[in-house]
Amino acid sequence: MEKPLSEFKPDECGMVVKVGGEGRIRRRLFDMGITPGAVVTMRKAAPLGDPVEVRLRGYELTLRKSEAACVIVSEEDAE
Amino acid sequence: MRTFALAGNPNCGKTTLFNALTGATAHVGNWPGVTVDKREGVYKKGGEHIAIVDLPGIYSLSPYTPEEVISRNFILEENVGIINIVDATNLERNLYLTTQLLEMDVPVIVALNMMDEVERSGDSMDVAALEAALGVPVVAMSALKGKGVKELMARAAALPETRKGSTVLKSMAREIAALVGHFESERVSSPLFHAVKLLERDELELARRGAESALYAAVSGGVKSDERETAAAQNVIDYEAEIADERYRYISENLAPAKARSASAKTMSRSDKTDRVLTHRIWAIPIFVAVMFMIFHLTFSENLFYLNGFTEGQAWMPSLVECGLAREIDGEVVYNNFGVELLAVFYDGAVFSPGVILTNFLNLFLDHISSGVVTLMENGGAAAWSVGLVGDGILGGIFAVLGFLPQILVLFLFFSLLEDSGYMARIAFVLDRIFRRFGVSGRAFMPMIMGFGCSVPAAINTRTLADEKERTATIRVIPFFSCGAKLPILTAVAGGIVAAFGIGNADAITFSMYLLGIVAAIVCILLMRNTTLKGETPPFIMELPTYRAPRLKNLMRHLWDKTKHFVKKAFTIIFASTVVIWLFSHLDWRWHYLPDEQMNESILASIGMFIQPIFTPLGFGSQLGTFGWVFAVATITGLIAKENVIATFTTLAVCIGAYLGAGTEDGVEELTALISAIQGTTGISTQVFTAALISFIAFNMTTVPCFAACATAKGELQKGKFKRTLLFWLASSYIIGAAVYTIGAYVWPLALWLALIAAVTALIVLRNIGKFDITKIFKRKGRAEKSEVKQ
Repeated sequence: MEKPLSEFKPDECGMVVKVGGEGRIRRRLFDMGITPGAVVTMRKAAPLGDPVEVRLRGYELTLRKSEAACVIVSEEDAE
Repeated sequence: MRTFALAGNPNCGKTTLFNALTGATAHVGNWPGVTVDKREGVYKKGGEHIAIVDLPGIYSLSPYTPEEVISRNFILEENVGIINIVDATNLERNLYLTTQLLEMDVPVIVALNMMDEVERSGDSMDVAALEAALGVPVVAMSALKGKGVKELMARAAALPETRKGSTVLKSMAREIAALVGHFESERVSSPLFHAVKLLERDELELARRGAESALYAAVSGGVKSDERETAAAQNVIDYEAEIADERYRYISENLAPAKARSASAKTMSRSDKTDRVLTHRIWAIPIFVAVMFMIFHLTFSENLFYLNGFTEGQAWMPSLVECGLAREIDGEVVYNNFGVELLAVFYDGAVFSPGVILTNFLNLFLDHISSGVVTLMENGGAAAWSVGLVGDGILGGIFAVLGFLPQILVLFLFFSLLEDSGYMARIAFVLDRIFRRFGVSGRAFMPMIMGFGCSVPAAINTRTLADEKERTATIRVIPFFSCGAKLPILTAVAGGIVAAFGIGNADAITFSMYLLGIVAAIVCILLMRNTTLKGETPPFIMELPTYRAPRLKNLMRHLWDKTKHFVKKAFTIIFASTVVIWLFSHLDWRWHYLPDEQMNESILASIGMFIQPIFTPLGFGSQLGTFGWVFAVATITGLIAKENVIATFTTLAVCIGAYLGAGTEDGVEELTALISAIQGTTGISTQVFTAALISFIAFNMTTVPCFAACATAKGELQKGKFKRTLLFWLASSYIIGAAVYTIGAYVWPLALWLALIAAVTALIVLRNIGKFDITKIFKRKGRAEKSEVKQ
């Protein structure tokens, strides 16, 4: 099932299918390793509900929900 | 001499390696993007010397952030070799930059850093396989432990001078080859790099002459037969996405397997546990507030952990006078012997915080030097004016400034701890939601909090902000975060208020002034982001570094650096300023020497009196009478360096009347004397005068920063923005000072100010929802504001 990364719950995991968004945000997401095929795990949301923290390619990345909404991920079973 | 540039991701140990190579004491932090300017040094341990340039940490060579552009242009234009530092604990993302660097026609060597951490977690790395796959030398090392550094430099020195760029992008070889041909015919160096960037539709490359048509020709291949080519020509193939995708795919298929994980992710566990507490859903914000409070409490409190109760009335521990160990003579405490004086460093009715203890200790030491020198000169029969110049002018001024060094260092130590441990990045994560409301990202938190230390590195650090408007707004409010040099103004004036009027609590006044600065910054950012610097909230996509125990060596280096900088400043700019101030305050217009009693006839006094009325609406102008000019002069000298404000007071106040014996060097007693003198001559009421003094702090805290900070801000801001920024600083500090004074002194103007704020807010909101064109009304509002200030 495909859904935006922003709708993932903590510990849910999936593979990036598509990255949308405006030029600069999109490029930044690519550079930080969010490319099609990358496996992303949702870690948690910040205390105020936004931004979120995800784990990918062996490190922790934080991004806002509005930015995570640009990333379409196909859900996988947790490892 | 060959030159190598250090390039790598933020937070991968670049600066540590730079220090190890050059012996420099550059600042290292655990925050992505601490190095934001390039620095140079020389490696001298090998056979031949090698120049080292430390570039800002970058994730990519995209054209979107200033630091990436700086690095990219430097490598291409200077044609230097690259030492690419790769964090071995985070191989995949680090190698992404490597694949881009390899496309340039320059010699490259990869430094596989943090190997000690990889080994400690029980993992192993096949360095030879990595070297074979990348086609450039790879050296395993640990910059922190100094392991592998020699081998790295030996192999770097042995690299051939030139190298042909190589790429991992195979699926679009035809397009790249065509563009390489184009750049070769244009005689551009590193054609492969430019070709790939152009294919990504990189702004900087597209701006070149003929680039657009070359790109079109390359992607369409000249013949529009193939479906793929037609699609590419119509921009349907998204090369930018494909290139990023292919780089990462190549890395995960060919390079990352060089790393063998022994057990699954057990290295993360300790960092995870820490994180669970520090970014806890409920506790994160209380913890943050508590940490900030403790930092300020341990640095400034004269009643540690409130052991002696919260207020004067509850105090149960006896002061030294009450113990009979000291006597009070004419409001001044005289200790029975040196032992008691030493005890007073740690305790006087309440236990002092470490910051205060260190300050007392240094002041005790400086006091004895100062009085020793004066006695020596007097016994030696030196002229009265020379004793005055040395004792009050030079030693008084410099020691007043040096006396604050301990507290500044303690504050710095705490901020370095936050930074090195990785907590600072989490604070940005926790606070982004709040910052976004004001129109900036959580990343802007870093330069702002650095502003508490010094505005100069803070302004430079704003380069990590990708959005130009966010940057401008942040640079403008940085001075509101009261820097280390402004701290003496806060503590001395606050201390003076408490000592002279016997009201309030110096700790509380200092803390609330910091708060005032923060509130002013928030209000101004909101104002700018809704009017002159309107724009969308910039993105917040940031790495959260692993928590690391701070390294003592790093911390000490950082503190030593700060101390050196501060002491140097005290003995140069401040030394010169105090001498000039003393001379001008003891000479009249006919260049005759004036004794202390006639200082009101000096050159400085007449200049001060001339500009004094400007500050009347702020409370420290004409109403302060004959000695009020001291405040005007202190404000002006503060524009050179903020330490000058208190140095000026000390130099001048010592001379005003015979109110003082040998005071302590922290400016409090001098100010107390000055305050009493002014109150004695003008009969100004305590409430009005207190408001005026607090307004003086507020104005000096938020006004145009020191010379160095102005120069930095000018360099960091876009062309033409600096003049407006100066105007902004003057206007905002004047308004803040006037508000503080009028409300504090008479209370009722509060209603006027609230009405003004409501009116301005309403106008901005109405304008932003497009209800009416405001240009004419805006001018009228400016006039209304001025008339209100005069109230």
